[in-house]
Amino acid sequence: MASSQTWLLRPLQERSTQIFLGVLFSALIVVTFLHLFMPQDSALHVSAYTVTLLGKYLCYALLAVAVDLVWGYLGILSLGHGAFFALGGYAMGMYLMRQIGDRGTYGDPVLPDFMVFLNWDSLPWYWQGFDMAWFAFIMVLLAPGLLALVFGFLAFRSRVTGVYLSIITQALTFALMLAFFRNEMGFGGNNGLTDFRDILGFNLRTDATRLGLFIATGIALAIGYIICRAIVTSKLGRVSIACRDAEARTRFLGYRVERVQLFVFVVSAMLAGVAGALYVPQVGIINPSEFSPLFSIEIVVWVALGGRATLYGAVIGAILVNYAKTVFTGVMPDAWLFALGALFVLVTVFLPKGIAGLLQKRKKAQDDDDPATAQEATA
Amino acid sequence: MGILRSLLSLRLASLLALLMAIAAPAFSQTEEDPGQALLANLADASPRQMDAAIEAIVNSGDPRARSWLDAFGNNRLSRNKDTGQVVVVLRNVGRDWTIADPLTGENLGEISRRELDRVNINNAIRGKLEGVLAMLDLYSTNPEIQRTAAEAMMGKVNETVIEPLNNLLAQDLPARVRDRLELAVAIYQLEQGDAQAKADAITTLTGSLHSRARAALNNAVAGDDPAIAASAKAALISIEQKLKMNRAAETLYFGLSLGSVLVLAAIGLAITFGVMGVINMAHGELIMLGAYTTWGMQQLLPGQPGLALILSIPAGFMVAALAGIAIERSVIQYLKGRPLETLLATFGISLILQQLVRTVISPLNRSVTTPEWMSGSLVINDALSLTLNRLYVIGFALVVFAGLMLIMRRTRLGLEVRAVTQNRAMARSMGIKATRVDIMTFALGSGVAGLAGVALSQITNVGPNLGQNYIIDSFMVVVFGGVGNLWGTLVAGLTLGTINQILEPWAGAVLAKIMVLVMIILFIQKRPRGLFPQKGRAAEG
Amino acid sequence: MSMFEQLAKRDQVFEFLAPAASPVDVRHGPILYLEDVNVSFDGFKAINNLNLTIDDGELRCIIGPNGAGKTTMMDIITGKTRPDTGSVWFGSRHNLLTMTEPDIASLGIGRKFQKPTVFEALTVFENLELAMAADKRIFPTLTAIMKPEYRDRIDEVLEMIKLKTLRDKPAGILSHGQKQWLEIGMLLMQKPRLLLVDEPVAGMTEQEMERTAELLTSLAGKQSVVVVEHDMGFVRSIARQVTVLHQGSVLAEGTMDQVSNDPEVIKVYLGEEA
Repeated sequence: MASSQTWLLRPLQERSTQIFLGVLFSALIVVTFLHLFMPQDSALHVSAYTVTLLGKYLCYALLAVAVDLVWGYLGILSLGHGAFFALGGYAMGMYLMRQIGDRGTYGDPVLPDFMVFLNWDSLPWYWQGFDMAWFAFIMVLLAPGLLALVFGFLAFRSRVTGVYLSIITQALTFALMLAFFRNEMGFGGNNGLTDFRDILGFNLRTDATRLGLFIATGIALAIGYIICRAIVTSKLGRVSIACRDAEARTRFLGYRVERVQLFVFVVSAMLAGVAGALYVPQVGIINPSEFSPLFSIEIVVWVALGGRATLYGAVIGAILVNYAKTVFTGVMPDAWLFALGALFVLVTVFLPKGIAGLLQKRKKAQDDDDPATAQEATA
Repeated sequence: MGILRSLLSLRLASLLALLMAIAAPAFSQTEEDPGQALLANLADASPRQMDAAIEAIVNSGDPRARSWLDAFGNNRLSRNKDTGQVVVVLRNVGRDWTIADPLTGENLGEISRRELDRVNINNAIRGKLEGVLAMLDLYSTNPEIQRTAAEAMMGKVNETVIEPLNNLLAQDLPARVRDRLELAVAIYQLEQGDAQAKADAITTLTGSLHSRARAALNNAVAGDDPAIAASAKAALISIEQKLKMNRAAETLYFGLSLGSVLVLAAIGLAITFGVMGVINMAHGELIMLGAYTTWGMQQLLPGQPGLALILSIPAGFMVAALAGIAIERSVIQYLKGRPLETLLATFGISLILQQLVRTVISPLNRSVTTPEWMSGSLVINDALSLTLNRLYVIGFALVVFAGLMLIMRRTRLGLEVRAVTQNRAMARSMGIKATRVDIMTFALGSGVAGLAGVALSQITNVGPNLGQNYIIDSFMVVVFGGVGNLWGTLVAGLTLGTINQILEPWAGAVLAKIMVLVMIILFIQKRPRGLFPQKGRAAEG
Repeated sequence: MSMFEQLAKRDQVFEFLAPAASPVDVRHGPILYLEDVNVSFDGFKAINNLNLTIDDGELRCIIGPNGAGKTTMMDIITGKTRPDTGSVWFGSRHNLLTMTEPDIASLGIGRKFQKPTVFEALTVFENLELAMAADKRIFPTLTAIMKPEYRDRIDEVLEMIKLKTLRDKPAGILSHGQKQWLEIGMLLMQKPRLLLVDEPVAGMTEQEMERTAELLTSLAGKQSVVVVEHDMGFVRSIARQVTVLHQGSVLAEGTMDQVSNDPEVIKVYLGEEA
């Protein structure tokens, strides 16, 4: 028991984690303060819209952390993490759908509107239980976790790695997208799930709920970050890096590479699911486009821009790219795909270590100038 | 009825002789064209006299009879209220109608519609007219018209035409026409004939794949006579079996067609991915460029879609190959040995190319014309016809495949490519310019993508998303077939295409696609290196 | 039945209660036993009816020209390649052909690759830490704590492989020879019963070679060591028993002197004319 606590809390003693959490919580507090206490007409007032937008960025940041965990530390480039994100989102969406109750357009007490529209007379079995929050929240972890478990088990067992794995993960999310587009699947088809009313009894359309969701997302990001950090600083984290750099060697040391990969992959998928679950009530809709291969590969470029295998780089990358996307799509929507495409090329060719790499370089240069630390390093 | 009786009384030979003898110039000499009287007679006829009037026209053996009756059937025969002249209405839109002289075909210009009085026709007459016209066509000396008429007879036989048809069957007829007419008569006999005729009819219909033959047999099964019903049932079963075979053949054809598209799309990838180890996510957009080249070529050469298409083959290859070289030089060469980064960078390029097409050309689909010699289909039998454009694509895919095999196996470039693939350092030390080989390989792979685009433009819409739709499938084909193996790509592409088509009818298109994807994921469990893996220590790396 | 009989003998430590550290049964002599092993790649016979026996505590050198099947043999023993036919036993209890690579490694077979393979992103210390004999399942690894005795053991090995000063440097900056040593150090951390060492002295200076020879000979006796090497001088300096592989099967076996005077071996090494 004592040891399990130590490994989980170990990151809190790290300088980098302390800085990260400090910045994150300060940002949460500042935004909350500016939203609640600044007068509406003040330039410093943060509107509810902006709070939700920031909440969305934080969801993406958590998703990026999840991707960085498998890509940065395990060398598995997943081009299908959007699928786990979307599954978590759908689990939350199903809960929110059931919360609508008889307030839908058709006023059916049990069936969501789209099912009434499709003339379904009863709730499919897989929708059972989603009226209970605890069940839905467990499914947020379980649905992506199980998919990752089954998929990962099959893939890692047969030692599918590298680009093969990337392509197969892409095929996975593509297949799910096609499946979720079908009305027969019972997830609202093309339109997905929307028109949500309230969550845990709080009206989703009030500013207070929005702020609450924003803060919850921030806390989820903090916890997710600590979990990832705890894994990568443990011996298992070093084994992951070992798997990434010399898989065969790791195997000959007696580690079951496929199990290490599976464990980290499943944890990552669950984190992605949580990100998706927090995303849905904030944007108010979940539809199959979250499964699109483009979205999944976009996540990877956030991580690449921020810098792989740093975790905090993923957060920086996710927020920067999505902020840029918000700005671009507002000003000149056509140019966004050009910018995104160029970002892919420029980051991979000119900035392989991302922004975090630049930061580390500067820090290192500073350390080298400082004779005390330089000596310490050689000692 | 009377009309056809008289038609019957005319023997075919004498009719033909008549047709030839009474040539049009003969009339122009006479002061009074007999046609004029015939038409006036038709126009004046009361519904009761209509039969006789039509009969008169048919019996006249006038070569223009067909066009008159045709116009009559289509409500185009009118009478000028002033002159009493019977005219054919060429255009009946608007207030003024264009009319022509039915005797000479001369255009008489426009006339107010109020001046015209339509020669009335009722549905009963029109129904008979159809049979009469079909019969007239059956006597035609033009084999094309004759065949079409025979085709049209299916299921249209009624008591009025049965006798002349039997008469006609006694004559010497082209095999296809005879076959059709026999079927048509049999269908009629099965419905209306006596017991013996019905039995004979079933014998004739057995083995026919025509949908009307099946419909007639189905009716017979439901009929009162148990003996007939039983033998009709037996005939149906044998037809059903034959149909199954044909359906299987059709599925196979569609499968091969889809498969050859997949092969075309994937084979360029097999070269760049398999041989060079480069993941080119922009491969789909190179296909798209090939398709847009075809479209552009057709814009340059309006009215000559065939020529444009043929010119597009080298042009599409060049455009895509040049684009490929540009991608290789600008990005991929800097990412050597970093496959995951290459994947991301080329994905970025694919986004840029897509958006470029959207901005420069249009976000909407462009239609590419299919040249005449590629449209239409090859009719094997009543249940099976192969669309020509797909047949061409299958052939094209095979030619491209054979060409690539030749290049890789028999040329200096192929040798150098294989050398560089197996041991880069060694190849370089033997004087092979590895960089040049890289460029050439990439250009080749990209060029083939362009060719795929040219082919795809003939069977699908040309739009900015064209490439995207094929990229995942293409990768699946390469992974399924085994990386670095062109044969594997061929077999995998055709297999996946066929499996997809087999699954589609009972699973639906989307589900079939999902099932194929899942199947590949499971397949990789058994054989992680595809159908045709590279073996040995080198493959372990 | 046999389990019941064992339970009845109360003066004995039950087999299932015995520590799992050394489950290898070498009471019958050999620790490694290969019989009639065949492997072919696309029709090429890499291993051809190979028979080989290594005794417990033996130091065996295996030599042979390129393509003789030395590395493939190691692949088979460590579970990387499955032979087409034949049997491979570790002690008299463990059939290696039914086991996975990590299982074989946990059983006590350590392997050094031909090309030195260390985890370049990790420090020298961490490389050794990962190699250390421990519970290597997921959760124990996740919650593992660096105990002082582990630290001492790692420092001990660091001393042996002369990398103490580079303890906290990433392994990527080591020289070729240092990587070789680090890899040997990782083998030592595993505490294996059998070490398979593929070309340990490639890229080493004369001095380093001597030290490696010393290290390997000192291991023999406690552990069994199989060395594949091209450098004849090195082989001569450590070898007691030498096996010559040629075209996937054993050509000759004996002391270095016996082997180097064998006319067959001379023919293979010097060409047909000699």
